[in-house]
Amino acid sequence: MINIPVLRWGTPYTSLETDTVVHFDTGEELAKVSLANGGLIQRDMRKAQRARDLLREIPPAELIGMVKKAADLYMESELPLGDGTQSPQDFLKYQSATTGLPEHMCRANMEKNHFVLTKMDEVLDALTRGLDLSIFGKGHGVEERGVPLSFQAQAPVLGLVLPSNSPGVHTLWMPVIPLQLGLVFKPGPQEPWTPYRMAAAFFEAGVPRETISIYPGLGDIGAAVLASCARSMIFGGTPTVDRYKNDPSVQVHGPGFSKILLGDDVVDDWESYLDVMVDSVFANSGRSCISCSGIWASRHTREIAEAIAERIGPVAPLPPENPESALAAFTVPGVAEAISSEIDRHVEEAGTEEVTKKHRGDDASRLVSHERCDYLRPTVIHCESKDKWLANKEYMFPFVSVVQCEQKDMIRNIGPTLVGSAITHDESFRKQLLDAVHIDRLNVGAVPTIRLNWLQPHEGSIIDFLFRARAYQEA
Amino acid sequence: MTESSTSIEERKSAAKTALDAHVREIVQWHFDPENGTPFWLDYVQKLDFDPREDVRSFEDLRRFPLFEDDWLRGGPVRRWVPKAYQDRAIHVFETGGTTGIPKSRVAIEDFRIDYELFSETLPDEHFPKGENWLMLGPSGPRRLRLAVEHLAQHRGGICFCLDLDPRWVVKLITKGWTEHLEAYKSHVIDQAMTLLSAGHDLKILFTTPKLLEAFALRLEDEGSSLKEAGFTGIFSGGTEFTPQWTRFAVEELLDGVYITPTYGNTLMGLAASRPVGPEDGYKITYYAPQPRAVIEVVDPDDATSVVGYGETGRVRLTTLTKEFFVPGFLERDEGEREPPYDAYPWDGVSGVRPFHKFAATTTVGVY
Repeated sequence: MINIPVLRWGTPYTSLETDTVVHFDTGEELAKVSLANGGLIQRDMRKAQRARDLLREIPPAELIGMVKKAADLYMESELPLGDGTQSPQDFLKYQSATTGLPEHMCRANMEKNHFVLTKMDEVLDALTRGLDLSIFGKGHGVEERGVPLSFQAQAPVLGLVLPSNSPGVHTLWMPVIPLQLGLVFKPGPQEPWTPYRMAAAFFEAGVPRETISIYPGLGDIGAAVLASCARSMIFGGTPTVDRYKNDPSVQVHGPGFSKILLGDDVVDDWESYLDVMVDSVFANSGRSCISCSGIWASRHTREIAEAIAERIGPVAPLPPENPESALAAFTVPGVAEAISSEIDRHVEEAGTEEVTKKHRGDDASRLVSHERCDYLRPTVIHCESKDKWLANKEYMFPFVSVVQCEQKDMIRNIGPTLVGSAITHDESFRKQLLDAVHIDRLNVGAVPTIRLNWLQPHEGSIIDFLFRARAYQEA
Repeated sequence: MTESSTSIEERKSAAKTALDAHVREIVQWHFDPENGTPFWLDYVQKLDFDPREDVRSFEDLRRFPLFEDDWLRGGPVRRWVPKAYQDRAIHVFETGGTTGIPKSRVAIEDFRIDYELFSETLPDEHFPKGENWLMLGPSGPRRLRLAVEHLAQHRGGICFCLDLDPRWVVKLITKGWTEHLEAYKSHVIDQAMTLLSAGHDLKILFTTPKLLEAFALRLEDEGSSLKEAGFTGIFSGGTEFTPQWTRFAVEELLDGVYITPTYGNTLMGLAASRPVGPEDGYKITYYAPQPRAVIEVVDPDDATSVVGYGETGRVRLTTLTKEFFVPGFLERDEGEREPPYDAYPWDGVSGVRPFHKFAATTTVGVY
């Protein structure tokens, strides 16, 4: 068993309080993780400026080089972890064992992280619209066309309160080190692996140790990170979003409620888009904020629901190491059961129907309980109208509501939508979609919601979050 | 058997003999028809034994059903005052009380006696007599407020207090009003800083882990420390007193200022701790002020059965004073049973924390 310490500006600190991370299926104890206390973070954050100062001594181009080197180390090397080391294979095995994601999905997330790290120059070029990155370190500069400009960092470090169940979110913070800001992590209790491995890769690649801290712990530690860092990202459910949505120091990432909208001009040809719909719902076990949880169309909705259910309804849990495994386990007791009960209650509503049941074989149950974990089998709901309770819900498994709704009513009824894939050639509808401020990432055409272009901002630009454009004049 | 273990065995035995004698005296007192306590004189009619005849030892108290703390909600509180004390000046102290009627306990001299006994455990080197105290803790109808002031006075000092309403703090926590919570914490620390700056020559601090942390960090922000501000000793309590927190405080917050953890509540009084340090992993072990109060660590499913040494169980409290009799009450805390210790030749409890079955619904460390 590996002992993983708290990391205080790169220095390991073994706490007297620990949490044992266990394999979700076998109960095997995999790691003993030191737990931080809130005061520790408050004290350490007094030295946050040093992280920024150290990084500003290294030109951004060099930092980008380190990040690219770290990408390969993260992907391929045996790296230090606590009192031992960890190979890439062990990383995948452990991440799967604690998050419940099948190993091949963990590998896909690892490849995604690697890809973004190796393309960091392009990502930053896109996010900054081609600005000379030294301007962000120096604080001011002059554009190529001669216009002076200034960007002021709003914090010396970015705090991150990370989730346990979705190792795909790490791409969001990767540009931070090349922007010459430090990183302060509070990992999800079941997913300490990525922050530690990434930090180890950064250190091996030459990033100063004093620029990264990792504080495992429970809710109070997340609160301490948010209270101590002037800029933080937090990941959570709707209550977390509601709590922090008006806090300018926190960028909150919650459920995506991502959707596919079929325009009236294409809906009669819906079968052509079935693959796009199935991929959007099913990929990554439906666990991403970019996974599609709603498909809206004015007609053919029952046929669409049936066709998707026919494809994903028969899928059953397989062992996490099986390359065909498509469903992630719920590793926190009671969660899957609560979700399934909630769906069962609301599927009774008139005009709401579950269409997956008959495709599940002899045992039609959605909830599959194992000794130490549970699974939820894919679920497709048909809603006769936008007003049904299940019409706009998101859960952490392949779940989608196919909602019958007139095109003219769609935009104002879909609610906040992280990724909206609108399949339509209707120029008027496209224009309305472009103006819809509650859609974050807009895909026009047959683009799966899960296909991201890494050169685009995600839930707001991280540059705008971390830096403030302001006036700067010199006499 | 070594000489020292023989010695501790002898002291254990003497302590047990004294406890049994004390139990007999207290039971006789509270159940005395002329001078006893109205509540118990009424309650005795429901019992199938006569406490004055049948209770001869501490173990005999097991014949009483568990004390229900809900009996302490509401009045008339005089039913808890022994008839012999009805003409004395009576204090009433309350616990919690964020929703509904709080529990209350009457007191006459108990809080003074408890804290005077505790005073004997404080090293003069760190808690010098005649020096002034800062009470950075709850105000309002709480025993702690008067008890700490009495402790300061008993040791010849003057106690400077501030306003802190823990019920408002609990509301802020349950409502998730983090910003207001932080503002209120700052408001409390502001008061402490003002007292500190007012030339009162404060040397000793009572506070809780959360406030100690906030106070030390504020002093650090202002280029000072608890030591530089003049403090020589800190007396602190709460279930947030974990080994890790204590280590953090000793290594990083206190700048060498001595700290002694305590465990107490309105029903019991104050349990002192063994000296805490790195040699035993900052383990905090508490010992009740026997014979006035007894702490046992019992099987959560069978409160009459004490767990083995080192094993985890729920804290069961017995209070045995002439003012207040509680024959076995299950605390909302759990911990590990600890063996007797030189200074305290009776069982102790370590690792005190909220009982795991209540932990999710218990708001701890509110001030």
